[in-house]
Amino acid sequence: MADANGNLVEVTGVDKVFHRGSEDIHVLGGLCLKIPEGEFLALMGPSGSGKSTLLNLLAGLDRPTEGSVTISGERIDQLSERRLAGWRARHVGLVFQFYNLMPTLNAARNVELPLLLTHLSRTERKKHVEVALSVVGLNHRHGHYPRQLSGGEQQRVGIARAIVTDPTLLLCDEPTGDLDRKSSDEILDLLQALNQDQGKTIIMVTHDNDAAKRASRIVHMNKGKLTTDAAA
Amino acid sequence: MKYFSVIWSSLKRKKTRSILTILSILVAFILYGYLSAIRLGFDAGVEVSGVDRLVMQHKVSLIQFLPESYEARIEQVQGVDSAVHGTWFGGIYQKPMNFFSQFPVKVEEYLDMYPEYVISDEHKKAWLETRNGAIAGRTIAERFGWKVGDRIPIQATIWTRKDGNPTWEFNLVGIYDGVDKSTDTTQFFFRYDYFQEARSFGSGNVGWYWIRVDNPDNAAEIAKEVDQLFANSPAETKTQPEAAFMQGFAKQIGDIGFIMTAILGAVFFTILLVAGNSMAQAVRERIQEIAVLKALGFTHTAVLAMVLAESLLLACLGGFAGLAIAWTMITTMGDPTNGSLPVFFLPVKDVVIGVLLAVLTGLAAGILPAIRAQKLQIADGLRR
Amino acid sequence: MVAAMNWLAQVIAVTSFGIRTLPERRGAAAAAAFGIAGVVAVMVSVLSIAHGVNQTMDKSVSSRNAMVLRSGSDTEMTSGFSNDTAKIVAEAPGIARNEFGPLASPELFVVIDLIKSSSNSDANVPLRGIAQAAYEVRENFQIVEGRKFEWGRNEVIVGSAASREFSGLDVGKSILVGSEPWNIVGVFSTGGGVAEGEIWTDASVLQPAFRRGNFYQSVIVRLNSEDSFTEFKDSLTADPRVNVKVIRESEYYAGQTAILTAVITGLGSLIAVIMGLGAVFGALNTMYATVSARTREIATLRALGFKTSPVLISILMESLLLALIGGTLGGALAYFAFDGFEAATLNWSSFSQIAFSFRVSGSLLIQGIAFAALIGILGGLFPAIRAARLPVATALREL
Ligand SMILES: Nc1ncnc2c1ncn2[C@@H]1O[C@H](COP(=O)(O)OP(=O)(O)OP(=O)(O)O)[C@@H](O)[C@H]1O
Ligand SMILES: [Mg+2]
Repeated sequence: MADANGNLVEVTGVDKVFHRGSEDIHVLGGLCLKIPEGEFLALMGPSGSGKSTLLNLLAGLDRPTEGSVTISGERIDQLSERRLAGWRARHVGLVFQFYNLMPTLNAARNVELPLLLTHLSRTERKKHVEVALSVVGLNHRHGHYPRQLSGGEQQRVGIARAIVTDPTLLLCDEPTGDLDRKSSDEILDLLQALNQDQGKTIIMVTHDNDAAKRASRIVHMNKGKLTTDAAA
Repeated sequence: MKYFSVIWSSLKRKKTRSILTILSILVAFILYGYLSAIRLGFDAGVEVSGVDRLVMQHKVSLIQFLPESYEARIEQVQGVDSAVHGTWFGGIYQKPMNFFSQFPVKVEEYLDMYPEYVISDEHKKAWLETRNGAIAGRTIAERFGWKVGDRIPIQATIWTRKDGNPTWEFNLVGIYDGVDKSTDTTQFFFRYDYFQEARSFGSGNVGWYWIRVDNPDNAAEIAKEVDQLFANSPAETKTQPEAAFMQGFAKQIGDIGFIMTAILGAVFFTILLVAGNSMAQAVRERIQEIAVLKALGFTHTAVLAMVLAESLLLACLGGFAGLAIAWTMITTMGDPTNGSLPVFFLPVKDVVIGVLLAVLTGLAAGILPAIRAQKLQIADGLRR
Repeated sequence: MVAAMNWLAQVIAVTSFGIRTLPERRGAAAAAAFGIAGVVAVMVSVLSIAHGVNQTMDKSVSSRNAMVLRSGSDTEMTSGFSNDTAKIVAEAPGIARNEFGPLASPELFVVIDLIKSSSNSDANVPLRGIAQAAYEVRENFQIVEGRKFEWGRNEVIVGSAASREFSGLDVGKSILVGSEPWNIVGVFSTGGGVAEGEIWTDASVLQPAFRRGNFYQSVIVRLNSEDSFTEFKDSLTADPRVNVKVIRESEYYAGQTAILTAVITGLGSLIAVIMGLGAVFGALNTMYATVSARTREIATLRALGFKTSPVLISILMESLLLALIGGTLGGALAYFAFDGFEAATLNWSSFSQIAFSFRVSGSLLIQGIAFAALIGILGGLFPAIRAARLPVATALREL
């Protein structure tokens, strides 16, 4: 999956400019970043520094104004909208700060959502959902709706949804940002386990130093540039 | 179909709204069903008229009489199979509001001309044997609760009796049914010989003729030929295919089709507003969810299709239920004008159009919200 | 008193909050208002047909006129009696007279096939044979173009509505009655009414043309006064020489269109009720959305000490306001599209066309707007109850 140098993600010379009316906002400038396969990377930095923007580029939710984003040897910034959607479905799992579960679907159905985009049969889908829910330890809550779950549980369902298609790359934007210490620790335990036991490459945006310490590498950002880069 | 549960679950998000939207669509389709049946009622004659039948009337107007003697002369024309006359009786049963049509006819010839009126041999035999016997259509008999053997008094408005009695009394000897539901079963027939004998004036005069031709292809030519036959006589004639004659009647009332279409236009415009607004709200309040779906790998087109499908589901649930209810109400409760319409049912053709209309309503109501969902940029949707 | 004022102030405050935020919900609000407009427009338009027919009938009527038909028949079309009968009728007491004699017009009523302009198809147009007194009996008769026909000749005059509704009825042209052309020499008006949809000619010319012998179908008489009717009627009813039915003109014309207006009113009401139900669902939808959009605001007001009823009433008022806007719009639409719209239809009772104009009257508009208000109240009621019942604590936490 990784390139010759063992890098799963390679970001080179990325600029990102937003246009707000006549004003241009330069959010990312000449950003370069390489992430080897199997790494657990924490991305830190002040609010507005461009962390989410970068994560969106890595997830193929947005395109860079300049530069390239290569993942598993594929230039995702050059994929068509349609192919990009298919690529996302297969290669990345997304975890959001506010969980973003469908309020009208129960836990199992929420986890099943990305599988609807595959050719799996009903029974196969069911099996995958079961596995994903048991990884996050919520198999017994599969029939519950989001509003019946606590924040930590909802986030675990979110993680189950992210891993159910077995992607190589997990992108988490402040996954513990809305949780208390105890729930945060559970989520971080889970991410760490996914990284160590299943070899998932994880990129996690966080404001929390304790959370960042769980990562194998910490990258700091400020005003759209990487400032420090260190192993945890 | 694996997306069905996702779509279905979105309808359940705001249950009240979905139900109300479905109900308003349902109501529109009940109305659609009713109006279709009413329109059919008004120009039923046109649809059920026989292609091989002509109607011959006095050239000046239908109220002018024709001599009874024309029958034999018409039947001599090459290509004419048979001719039989009818006359408007216009009597009143109990009160003027109980309007229905009555005609004196020659029993066997008339039943032969109109095979779509189905009557049992027993009833026919009784009619032939009873001079003041009459038969009534099933609908009209049920409307007034008539049974075979009843005496039906009908007050004369035009046709006074020689004996000065203001009412004609008929003996109901039979009830006819239609071959199918498009047959007019609101009419009342009695014997011409009895009529001829008892009327105080107009002896030997009849209202019009039905003419059956051997080959419908020659109908126009034969019509011309029979009119020629009576040209320059005291009673000149005008002959036209039965369908044209009936159409003429429907048109005399007014352009019913246009009026119905205009009303339905207003109804569906209203429904589109209600359903369209409901879908717009549904999309507006789940912008974020739609962005998440896209982030998970659903394509723009898939999201468009899902919103459209949701709208389609709303419209079809309401539309099909409405059609079903309309159909049930029309068949069980009957004519809202209480018998002024000769036939009243919902034809299959209009049900099919209704189904298409439901689909169209769904697409039209969903298209703008669906495009909005399709155009939504993921990053924007997630930032909210 | 103070309490009442205070309560009223609360109602006004809460209502104005709601109305001020209305533009934010304009999509939903417009959908509800337009929906109701559609209902009212259809209802008023359909009922304006029945209204127009009735009004035409009313204009045909003079309280001093009576009609004589053969007993048993209830329209001129089916009536018929001899000249002798007509003469006896003319001599009956109670009839007004002028220098030429009694104001009694024995008339003939037949139909001829002409082409209706709107549908381009045959229509039964009434052709009336009249006597000299006819002009006296119809008080508003007036020639608007050309001249009166000459007695004893194949000439006709046409009513203004007839000349409009049917093609070929212009002065200078002629109509074919049988094989003979009859010249159109004038157009007349009777100040509205059924007669304007008719063609008139000399009864004694019409009789042979329609092979009616010396027969008439009705005698229309002008009475000395309204009260002479009983005297006139009783004398004819008691007369053994004749077998006739005497009725007031008003009664006659009311009977003429009873079926027609009953059918139109029946269908119109059915359509309005069904559509109204649909509009209630639409309004409910909008008002529920309003309540959920205002949940927080309402809860805050309640937490501040506002009472339940002002909240309830404010939701109802908002719904009512939308309905009234819609109703007015729909009424106006119907008025501008259809008031005075000219048409003709087949009147089954007389088997002939009657020309009339749609009439969107004030009372009909009020009826339409009242119906809209009803829809508005029904559509606002349940959402208002929901808003009033909202548990303040949970509502504040919402959103
Ligand atoms: N779609 C957009 N249009 C305009 N400006 C944008 C857009 N997306 C992001 N920005 C701007 O880009 C900058 C970086 O935003 P971003 O969300 O990446 O910050 P962040 O580092 O994730 O901050 P936080 O820690 O608060 O989440 C901000 O100034 C933001 O206003
Ligand atoms: Mg961020």
